[in-house]
Amino acid sequence: MNDNFPILILLFLVAAVVVLAFLALTVFFGPKRPNPDKGLPFECGTVGVGDARAPFPIKYYLAGIIFAVFDVELAFLYPWAVAFRDLRLVGFVSMMIFLAILAVGLYYAVRRGVFEWK
Amino acid sequence: MTIQLSHYLLLSAVLFSIGAAGVLTRKNLIVIFMALELMMNAVNLSFVAVARYMGDAAGQLIVFFVICVAAAEVAVGLAILIALWRHKGSMHIDTLAAMKW
Amino acid sequence: MYSSTDIIGILPEFLLVITAILVLILDLLDKRGETAGVVPLSLVGFIGAGIVSAFLWDRGGYAFYDMVVADNFTTVFRVLLCFIGAITVLVSPAYLRYRDIRLGEYHPLLIIAVFGMMVMVSAADLLLFFLGVETLSIALYVLACLDRRDSRSTEAALKYLILGAFSTAFLLYGVALLYAVTGFTSYAGIMENLRETTPDPLAVAGIGFLLIGFAFKVAAVPFHFWSPDVYQGAPTPITAFMSVGPKAAAFVALIRVFGIALDGTADVWMDALAIVAALTMTLGNVVALRQQNIKRMLAYSSIAHAGYLLVGIVAGGQRAFAALSFYLVAYALMNLGAFTVAMLVNRRGDGDYQLEDYKGAGFAHPLLGATMAIFMFSLAGIPPTAGFFGKLYLFSAAVEKGYVLLVVIAVLNSALAAYYYLRILGYMYMARPERELKPVPRLGAYTFTLILTSAIILFIGALPAGMLNLLFAALP
Repeated sequence: MNDNFPILILLFLVAAVVVLAFLALTVFFGPKRPNPDKGLPFECGTVGVGDARAPFPIKYYLAGIIFAVFDVELAFLYPWAVAFRDLRLVGFVSMMIFLAILAVGLYYAVRRGVFEWK
Repeated sequence: MTIQLSHYLLLSAVLFSIGAAGVLTRKNLIVIFMALELMMNAVNLSFVAVARYMGDAAGQLIVFFVICVAAAEVAVGLAILIALWRHKGSMHIDTLAAMKW
Repeated sequence: MYSSTDIIGILPEFLLVITAILVLILDLLDKRGETAGVVPLSLVGFIGAGIVSAFLWDRGGYAFYDMVVADNFTTVFRVLLCFIGAITVLVSPAYLRYRDIRLGEYHPLLIIAVFGMMVMVSAADLLLFFLGVETLSIALYVLACLDRRDSRSTEAALKYLILGAFSTAFLLYGVALLYAVTGFTSYAGIMENLRETTPDPLAVAGIGFLLIGFAFKVAAVPFHFWSPDVYQGAPTPITAFMSVGPKAAAFVALIRVFGIALDGTADVWMDALAIVAALTMTLGNVVALRQQNIKRMLAYSSIAHAGYLLVGIVAGGQRAFAALSFYLVAYALMNLGAFTVAMLVNRRGDGDYQLEDYKGAGFAHPLLGATMAIFMFSLAGIPPTAGFFGKLYLFSAAVEKGYVLLVVIAVLNSALAAYYYLRILGYMYMARPERELKPVPRLGAYTFTLILTSAIILFIGALPAGMLNLLFAALP
């Protein structure tokens, strides 16, 4: 096991040298042709038509961001559910506090009108 | 050849390096965000592999927290990106050059 | 169920979270976000948490399966962080109303940022420390971009976020590698299992990554480049806040992680850290010399101060850590004060903080002039201020450990730094104003802040030994 570590470190060094070399090479030799297409959010190879924001309502990404956060926060429920019996009351109370704080966040989002579709 | 802990750690190191290189070299801010996520997830791979190797659940637990934190960070990051888009109308990193030295 | 040590151990943090939630709900009661109640409520929260923290002196201990350590060292910095939070709340409202920033969004985020720092300070485990860092950072990213009218604010926030997340990834990778070597993420576990002077290469890599992460967080060279831009772009009360709070919290964690837990492996990181310290203070001071914007100048000055503070980590030992804590307290007071003056003198209204604005301000505004003189003397390390004794204790502790060369560099740097600090005073008292500027607002909260911070600086400067002994008694 331990014999492999020098190799690991060597690979680290090789990776670092390669990265630094590429960085330096792009700075010195890379062509710099600023182009409005390169600043677009999606570099798909085709030129975007119109304004990407225009078709969908502004609420959409707000809901999306809120979803991303709450979706991942709830990942904590799975290990809790698996170990529910062993954790007993401490686990239950802790999780309720956690959920209460999340609920405040959700309440704030609702009251600020994130989910109002007009 | 059996897959050992060192292989996982090596893969994690490579992914981390790719992520770091991505953050440093890419010009599109969304791609930079993706590279940041890659770095975080490379670390997660290390944690899970080590936890499995040692039979210790703590490492897997840490991964939950890291995923959670990364999600919060990206949510805030995307919101700031939208604010930047409204100001500058571009996602190119050169738009972040109003302040230098 | 939870034991009483568990509950007592996190009581101040708990109070802050409750306050943040209450402020958030209070904000919802008014659609326009102009609820005046959020300011006093936040202030009460900070003062309450500070008093409870102080009450825990000699009463706390390890809590939550040794994840949290509420010893006296934690207590001192919890009180300091609550003080920083309270001062920030005092100086913010006028600025926020002027820049059209929603008070009801600003205050909960500020409280959560302080909560994150308190978690960093009271963590006894790298996982909890990481969570504290992230709670602080995510709140700060949002706070930095709250000035929606100014695109520089957004730019600052995005730069901060990208580089902050980048550094966090390094920090986390360091934690993962140390976990792989020792099987622990707790400071005690790492200390037990990592005693050899020439550890496993994997552990060396872990320590290196951890050091890179910390260097980013305290803005040490060569990982400092985010801080001037972020300081310039962020709303000024937030700049004041993030120039002192996160730095104090990160240095407390540095003491706990590098100064104590990784002390056995000091040979690995000591030289690197000494070089980083020397580079940080030199570059910070040299670049600060040619700044024309006071926020950027103070940003580079705070980089230089991070360099001085790193000398304390390099020196190691109880004396150096007590001196480092002393310097952190002094630094927090003088930087908060200096930024408050900057907020008041910025009369153009366009968010530009040019040094020319200070010309003639000393006689036109005696209070601003006098307090700015105290802050600048203290930052430059001129007696009889707290800043002088901070430097004195720190450098003498380092000399005692044999780091003479490092201290010589630090002292030369202090002399260099005195030039640009005193230049502001020169502008204030010896130059004529070049044009008519808008009047400086007279507000009770600002006057109170200026007098309070400068009085404490002079008080500590008059009785430095008492302060040092207190911090010495608090060390873990």
